[in-house]
Formats: sequence, C-alpha cells, structure tokens
Amino acid sequence: MTNVTTQMEDVFSEEAQAKSPNVVAEELARLAGAHPEVVVLSADMGASLVPVREAIPDRYFDLGIAETNAVSVAAGLAACGFVPYVVSMAPFGMLKCAEQIRTDLAATKMRVRIVTRLSGLAMGFFGTSHHAIEELAVARTITNLTVCAPSDAYSTLALLRSTFDVDGPVLVRTCEGVTRSVYPAVPTIPPGSIMEVRPGDDAAVIATGLGTSAALGAAEMLAEEGFSVRVLDAAYLKPFDERAVIEAAATGALLTVEEHHVLGGLGSMVAEVLGRHGVDVRLDVLALPDEDLEVGVPAALIEHYGLTPAGVAERFRRLVRG
Amino acid sequence: MTVAAGPRATTVLERGRQVGEDELRRRADWIRLETIRLIDQAGLGHYSSTFSCAEVLAVLYYHTLRLDPLEPAWPDRDRFLLGKGHVAVGQWPVLADLGYFPASWLDDYGRLGSPLTDHPDMRKVPGVDFSSGSLGHNLSVGVGMGLGLRLEGSDARIFVLTGDGELQEGQIWEAAMAASHYRLGNLVAILDANGFSGAGATSVTMNIEPLAIRFEAFGWAVEEIDGNDVGALVRTFDALGDPDGDQPRCIVSRTRKGKGLADMEAAPQAWHLGHMTEEERVAAVAEIQARLGR
Repeated sequence: MTNVTTQMEDVFSEEAQAKSPNVVAEELARLAGAHPEVVVLSADMGASLVPVREAIPDRYFDLGIAETNAVSVAAGLAACGFVPYVVSMAPFGMLKCAEQIRTDLAATKMRVRIVTRLSGLAMGFFGTSHHAIEELAVARTITNLTVCAPSDAYSTLALLRSTFDVDGPVLVRTCEGVTRSVYPAVPTIPPGSIMEVRPGDDAAVIATGLGTSAALGAAEMLAEEGFSVRVLDAAYLKPFDERAVIEAAATGALLTVEEHHVLGGLGSMVAEVLGRHGVDVRLDVLALPDEDLEVGVPAALIEHYGLTPAGVAERFRRLVRG
Repeated sequence: MTVAAGPRATTVLERGRQVGEDELRRRADWIRLETIRLIDQAGLGHYSSTFSCAEVLAVLYYHTLRLDPLEPAWPDRDRFLLGKGHVAVGQWPVLADLGYFPASWLDDYGRLGSPLTDHPDMRKVPGVDFSSGSLGHNLSVGVGMGLGLRLEGSDARIFVLTGDGELQEGQIWEAAMAASHYRLGNLVAILDANGFSGAGATSVTMNIEPLAIRFEAFGWAVEEIDGNDVGALVRTFDALGDPDGDQPRCIVSRTRKGKGLADMEAAPQAWHLGHMTEEERVAAVAEIQARLGR
C-alpha cells in the first residue's frame, strides 16, 4: 500500500507543489501577465494559487468558502469587461454552482472560466461529499457553456490557453493523479475537438480526463496481445466532435472511459451520437456505477473501479470477445 | 448611434438632477399606472411588489443615477441591478421613457418574442445592467461590479435593489460578507422591506429581521428610511457622497407592499401575482389618476 499512501499527499502542500509543477497556477499567472483583463478568483484555493497572487496581487481575489457567491461575483466582473477565472474544488465549484453558472454566466454569455480541480475521485478519501462525478452530465445541458476536460498537464496548458478567446463561459474540469502523460508536448487542441492520441484500426477507446492516460496504457498492453487500438481524447465535451465518434465507430468496437458517473457523461454522449446517426457498433461504457460509491484513497478507488490501464484492458477484452 | 468626441454632458444624465418631490411622486404613480397597463396586456404580473418600490425606481432613475440612455454600455454609468427581478414590469416604462428603447416595445410586453419579459434579460434590453430572476444572485453580481469598477478607476456606483424575502437566500449573506471584506464603498444595497414574500409575511414564513443590525454586523453602513417617501429617498441618495469610501452602504427602505391603492395595501398578498378584472383595473386607475389630478 506504499504507493497508495503516496497518492494521499495533500496536493496543495508546499512539498507537493514543489515536486509537481502547479500548471494551473503558473498558466493563470502567465495569462494574467499577457492579458490585463484577466482576474483570478479563488474559492478557498489560495494555497495552490500563490504564483497568481504574487504575479497580480490587484487582480487576485479570495472569495472564501462561498463558491456560489464567487461565480456570481465573477459575472459582475465580466460585465465590466474582465475575464475572470474562478478556481475551486470540483464537487463544490460546479455541481453546487450549477444554477449560478447557468443563470449568471451562460444565459448572459459572460466570459468567465470555471477551473475546477480535484474532479472525479481525487478527494474520495474525504467522503462521498467530495466525489465530483456528475459535472459533465449537468454542464453539457447548459446552453452557451463550453465544457472541456484536460487529460494531463500538457493538455491543461493547451486548454487554458486556447479557451481564453472563447465567447461565453467555459468549464475546465482538470483532473489529478495522472500517472503518465497523454501528450508529448503542449498540443494544439482546436475548440470542440476530440484528439487522436494513438492510432489503431481494430477498435477505439474514447476517453476523457484521467481516463485517457489509462486508455493509452491499456492500448500498449493490448498491442502486445495483437490488438491495434485507437485512443481518442475527448478534450471537449461541449461542443462535442460527433464526426470523430462516428469515424471511431467504423473500427467496429467502441469503449468509452471516464472518471465520471455512468449516466449523462461521455458514455451517454457517445451512445446518443451513435443512436442519432444509426451507427451499429459494439459499445461499452467504463464509468462510475449508479450506486453508492466507495470511500478511500484515490489510487485505491481508481483501481477498484477499473480506471487503470489493466482495468481498461480487461473491459476492452470483454467487449471485443463478446 | 454615434457619440461625437467632446463634452459628454449633452447626453449624460448627471447625478442629483433637480427634480421636485411632487414630480417624483407623480413619476411613482405613473409607474403604477403603467404597471397596471402592462400586466393587463400580459395577463399576469407582480403588482404589489412593484408598487412597494415605485418611489425607489422613480427617484433612482429621475434623480440619482448617472446614466446615458443613448449609450447604455457607457463604462462610467452608475449601475442598477434589479435583484427582485419580478418587478421588471415597473422598470420597462421607465427605460422606454428615458430613451433606452422605443416606447412601442411596451405594446408587445407579454407577447412571445418580446424582449421585455417578466424578469429582465440584459441580452435583450438596453439599459438592463444585469439579468435577474433567480433571487439572491444580484448582490453578488454587484460585488463583482464593485471590484471591477474600482480596478478600472471608475467612480461609477452600483445600486442593487433586493426584496426582503430575497434576503432569505443564503447567497445574499455571502455577498454581504464579501462586500465589506473588500471595502466596496461604491456598492449600495437598497432593501425593499415591504414585509412580504410570495407565501406571506416574512415574519411568518422566515423572519429576516432585524435587518439594520444584521447588515451592520456584516460590516455595512446602514440607514433605515421610509422608502415610499420620495423626499427621504432623495436626501439619503444625495448624502451618499463620493463612491470612494471604504464601506458598502445599505439602505433599509421600509415600504408598504401594494403602496398606492387602498385595497392592495389592505390585502397585499392577494396581489403578489395576479391579473385585475376590468372592474378592478378601472377602479385602480381612477384612484391613482384622482391623486395625480390633485
């Protein structure tokens, strides 16, 4: 269990921040330096935003443990011409604020960016209150909201940069605990696209967030067994790249992988596209089940729910072997 | 429209315009008459909540706010946020009268496709500084505007009109906390304390008093006035001074729900949301017109 204990480090401790580059804070500081209209709001996430606070003390605002207020405050700043980034913990920054995001940001088309950290099971040790597994299902029903989900540090940078110019609000659902990079360098991710991160012809895995690195690891394991598996990274959930889904279905078998509830997320979206276009393909959805979830250290939870390379590979074998 | 370079005073309505109290009282009653007309046209609306704050709307728009109706997005305009968005029906005739949009828009109020809706939509109507409808949000939006305008070095002020039932929303108190934490002297909350929410007296449904003490405890400078007295409103708004102070201002505006019609004042809840019969409407209009003719 040693490696599992390692996963339990406070990701915001000075030690952890020093060890792993704090890409969100560093990129927000850079964006703020390049764009005087950028302001950063923190819902008690200040410890992870030290680089921002130091770079732009006048444009950094602590809003305390009051996420809903932070979202509406951001709306007021955006109405004055600023581009606010609201940084919060995923379970509270999105689901708790869904109505403020819909009413004050999306219906009004405010250029506010909601950057959530610790999505999925990343705070699973603390209890079911801290699971953040429903945001995609809710967010994608909000008209005018752009939804994206980085799968590693490089795509976090890419998406934070490329969504700066997006008209209207953006949800950036960042994930923690990615054990391998998905991209070799900062990619260019055109808005609304699904990225092919590994070619393959026998079958395809469409994943998002933490799921993408697991899918890549699985594809490597499966290659040794003779499977040529295409891996797609659903960097954007809204707008959603339907053509990429249909092209992936042409391989004959599709598996979706997400650190999210099985209802309403990536798997549901892919199934809807296939159904709407009358595509006949074997499909399976690897996601978190619609039941009371376990509580525990994140790495153990990820393994329990099969969101590891081995878990994805096993689910894939079942799919292709029928 | 094109605004020529040079003195803006030709189009800007400055703060503290000289308007007699009698004229402001008549404006408030005119807002009531227009509210009756528009609700009749739409078939449903919030009479008594609008009537309680008719004087506040009249004094703000015809005396206090620095505005440019010909340039609604002018960065240095004072902002007005209608937290209690269900009384937009009283705001529409004012914005039309000031020239934000043609008065003919009012004739389509309540019809499908009309930009004028029961709650205000900033994307549809010039002069609406922020959309509202979900109670409890606009004070937070006002905090954001307070931070933003201060960053810009603007001396614009933000007025947020909330209902008193609206104060039951928890987000109001998050915003109240943030406003004093950030010492937003450019933010003014006007609480339309008419004592009722949709379900009844706030003292019964959920007590929100004592308002002044509560806002003081949250760090605001508070004044309590008769919000149906245009003279008191003028004096209070005039005394706000420059918006570069370090404390947000709260005006507890004690009002009567349904103010201006005897039957409505007697039974304000019956008119929270409704539609007058023709007989009721004729009588109500006659009562207000009699007062205007005095």
